[in-house]
Amino acid sequence: MVKELLNKQEIERILNRITYEILEKNKGAENICLIGIVTGGVYLAERIKKKIEKIEKIEIPMGSLDISFYRDDVNISKKHKTIKPTNIPFSIDKKKVILVDDVLYTGRSTRAAMDALMDFGRPAEIQLAVLIDRGHRELPIMANYTGKYIPTSRDEKIKVYLKEIAGKDSVVLISE
Amino acid sequence: MKDLVGIKELSRESIEEILNTAKAFKEVLGRDIKKVPTLRGKTAINLFFEPSTRTRTSFELAEKRLSLDVLNFSISMSSVVKGETLYDTLKTIEAYNVDYIVIRHSSSGAAKFVAENTNASVINAGDGTNEHPTQALLDAFSILEVKGRLDGLKISIVGDIIHSRVARSNLYLLSNFDTEIRFVGPPTLLPEDAQANVKIFYDLREGLKDADVVMLLRIQFERQNAAFIPSLKEYFHVWGVKKEIFSYLKDDAIIMHPGPMNRGVEISTEVADSSRSIILKQVTNGIATRMAVIYLLKPKGGIVDL
Repeated sequence: MVKELLNKQEIERILNRITYEILEKNKGAENICLIGIVTGGVYLAERIKKKIEKIEKIEIPMGSLDISFYRDDVNISKKHKTIKPTNIPFSIDKKKVILVDDVLYTGRSTRAAMDALMDFGRPAEIQLAVLIDRGHRELPIMANYTGKYIPTSRDEKIKVYLKEIAGKDSVVLISE
Repeated sequence: MKDLVGIKELSRESIEEILNTAKAFKEVLGRDIKKVPTLRGKTAINLFFEPSTRTRTSFELAEKRLSLDVLNFSISMSSVVKGETLYDTLKTIEAYNVDYIVIRHSSSGAAKFVAENTNASVINAGDGTNEHPTQALLDAFSILEVKGRLDGLKISIVGDIIHSRVARSNLYLLSNFDTEIRFVGPPTLLPEDAQANVKIFYDLREGLKDADVVMLLRIQFERQNAAFIPSLKEYFHVWGVKKEIFSYLKDDAIIMHPGPMNRGVEISTEVADSSRSIILKQVTNGIATRMAVIYLLKPKGGIVDL
């Protein structure tokens, strides 16, 4: 069974709100940078970057991060996801890094992303923005900016479709 | 897949996955901290029964960049001198519980033998005159980096082909793609005939005409004593790649060599140092490619992915 949780307008409103929250909490766009976690997080980060540019009229640095090499389940049975390039063409030292991901679930991807970032430099702060928080955290990790909190059960799946790859903007819940 | 024994067994899809993964590792090599914690706590042993500095160093760096613990075994300090068989050497190593074995051996088939007799993941670093799979993979990666594709390319391999495991692995790999492959060299060093997609040339100019990629193989000094070639000087005169060849290659053709080069034998200094040569890039790419191979293999007990 497939149920749509967020449609195109709702996603757009959420991203607008998250953008304003980021600017409010950080008192503007000075010294922040966005890093999207491959794949979904990258497109979301790009959209947020464009919105910030429109509002604050400044361009902030943006990068993409593939966390495959930092996962804690490398030896456990799992099909390798195709690895996408990591591209962080600026120094993150002393910057406020806003990690962007589409879904926050167990928190392990975020842990892996933070470990990866530490290898790139020493950020002043790391903040986390996610479109969906589906609960079931297995590590003490929280998002600073959450699009929507959706309680789910473990056998349900959340799929985020973004128009940059899937041709449409939609978040759906898939259950038995 | 537990082992990488040869390119022959790999599909085009598997090759593409390795090359794509190598790209990601190349980015890691460009970072300030050139290391990822992926295989932390695992152990690799480099079992080199034939001398080699460059390949062994390349593997060692690849292993360390993946956070593996590394052991190096070189023939001179081993019990092989005391007459220990490969099988017993292998069993002793197994007792150390290593996860990855990289082996170079003078007997063709040695890598397969080791792979069949251990649960560790085995990577062939060159077995006799059979295969040298990671060399072919890094060569393909290097070509891809410059040309953006493998399909549609004309590739000339020049030199001692019948004794070359590098040539064989490259042939197997490139045959998975839409390529025209040419073997160029003296008749004594070329096979009498080859598979359908390979053309044989004894004339250097004909063999290199319009080529996109020129792969040079090292001429071993022993060959002149065994009458395969009259002398190294004559080889250089007839088949040595000198700057005149640029006029009959494609304008954007590249020159490759697995190393170590013999300047003045298979390659002239001007060609070796020219901007068309990607020989040094091959060395860097070797580390990224080997990291990808190690990362993608699963010792027994893991799950088959490739």
